[in-house]
Amino acid sequence: MPTVRLCFSPAPAHVRTARLVGVAVARRSGLADELLDEVRLAIGEACSRAVALHRRHHLRDMIEIVIAADERFTVTVTDRAPIDAVLGARLPDPAELPDPMALLDGAQQRHGATEAAEEDVVVGMGFALLAGLVDDLSVRPAAVGAGTDVCMSWPISARRP
Amino acid sequence: MELSLSTRTVDDRTVLEVGGEIDVYTAPQLREQLIAVVEGGARYVIVDLSRVDFLDSTGLGVLVGGLKRLRSVGGEFVLVCAHERLLKIFRITGLDRVFTLYDSVDAAAAGSGDGNLG
Repeated sequence: MPTVRLCFSPAPAHVRTARLVGVAVARRSGLADELLDEVRLAIGEACSRAVALHRRHHLRDMIEIVIAADERFTVTVTDRAPIDAVLGARLPDPAELPDPMALLDGAQQRHGATEAAEEDVVVGMGFALLAGLVDDLSVRPAAVGAGTDVCMSWPISARRP
Repeated sequence: MELSLSTRTVDDRTVLEVGGEIDVYTAPQLREQLIAVVEGGARYVIVDLSRVDFLDSTGLGVLVGGLKRLRSVGGEFVLVCAHERLLKIFRITGLDRVFTLYDSVDAAAAGSGDGNLG
């Protein structure tokens, strides 16, 4: 199974690098062209989420992304943020998309500040995008150590390089 | 390609042209530019996303922030977006019901119809 493993420090600038690597591997793996934009956006959202979690918890640990291509094209993004009860309870159900108007009104009532409202939109919309883009998506405790794995996969077409 | 930003005026509308990638790294630049435009007195802002290659949830958050800032001062904030790749993102998140979307700057400047590409 061809595998690419990439680790990066939790800096926003590296998220673009992860997207570029992910799309390059996807293209080489024979993923259909029409799926490449989705892969690019999904990897970006998963990595942005991981960077945000590390920064919120003041963690310098590396974020890991593992890309594999076999029957399906699979991407796993692992953060090292602690899964406490609060965070666990806040893991959203990908099947439930937030209502954007309720999100805006709720954020405004809670914070009264535009920047905080933006943050709520980002958190809610990030998962809405992942759920809307990726048919096969799961968020679960990391296989090894602290943190969570965001696992995504897409079908590989018959055409292979 | 990273982010490019430029502003111009069409009639009394302020057009902010955005190009490149709006993500967690570049979105703060867009936020600063939007704040500067509003603080500079603009009350009808058109954000032209025609040359945007990539937009993620961080970028959506900044655009929502721009909408809220303009509304809070009684202004209007509309988007120009004709690419299906980006329109899909607005549809998935339901933000196509929040933003007024036009397919060209001319249509947005004229404020023709109700927007939303219709």
